[in-house]
Amino acid sequence: MDATRNSESATERNPVTVERTSERELVVTRTFDAPARLVFEAWTKPELFRKWWVPKSMGMTLRSLEMDARTGGSYRLDFGDGMDFFGTYLEVTPHSRIVWTNEEGGDNGSVTTVTFEEKGGKTLLVMSEVYPSKEALDAAGTGAADAMHETFGQLDDLLAQLHA
Amino acid sequence: MVQYTQPHLDSVFAALADSTRRGVLEQLGRSEASITDLANRFHMTLTGMKKHVGVLERTGLVTTEKVGRVRNCRIGTRRLEEAGAWIERYQQLWDARFSALDDVVEELQRKEKIDGRNKK
Repeated sequence: MDATRNSESATERNPVTVERTSERELVVTRTFDAPARLVFEAWTKPELFRKWWVPKSMGMTLRSLEMDARTGGSYRLDFGDGMDFFGTYLEVTPHSRIVWTNEEGGDNGSVTTVTFEEKGGKTLLVMSEVYPSKEALDAAGTGAADAMHETFGQLDDLLAQLHA
Repeated sequence: MVQYTQPHLDSVFAALADSTRRGVLEQLGRSEASITDLANRFHMTLTGMKKHVGVLERTGLVTTEKVGRVRNCRIGTRRLEEAGAWIERYQQLWDARFSALDDVVEELQRKEKIDGRNKK
């Protein structure tokens, strides 16, 4: 946990559930203690979106953000070092639904659908990511081979030190 | 996080302490290969390569499959997958994002209240 987080906001956080509902789909669910229009606003206004999309614990900084959250609009997040995330909004329906493509993944890119459902002043958010194939989801999840390589790189360094 | 047991870690380190085996892993990281391919590439006998692959296979770092008369080797991701390690990482990311989103939404609610009062 982030030790710098102040105790006020750390109290009683609503839980996040992540479920692989099929070979090609991941679903994330979370409730927010606020009406849907406000949660929706935070997903579609760049000045709000950038405040939460890149939490400090990710260890990354967003260099630039362009987003035109309207059906047919596009977005681009630039983290520097050639790390870009970009795509198109396939659907933006105020306060209820946002659908976008993740085109940095090329042919293996997923389509993300976020729905907002308000009940008694709270909002149930459901985010689904659908990949074109099981392999694409697996690869996106682990970057298995890459992660292994990275681990091996670290082990190599460690072993070199042990041998020295 | 993935809880690797000590014996498993030891066997992984032992497997990786050999430069040929690290080379084999690197090679398999790029593409799968048969034991014969690997033996040729590393200028070894088939028997020697079989031993190395056997060590890697026992740690789960490599998986092999016999197709006809050829034994194909590839990087084994089973251990990573079965632990659901990446799902957990993914969940941690969204947990962090959404708690930051809580703060943003809370701020919006506060502003709305103040604006509402000012209008009255």
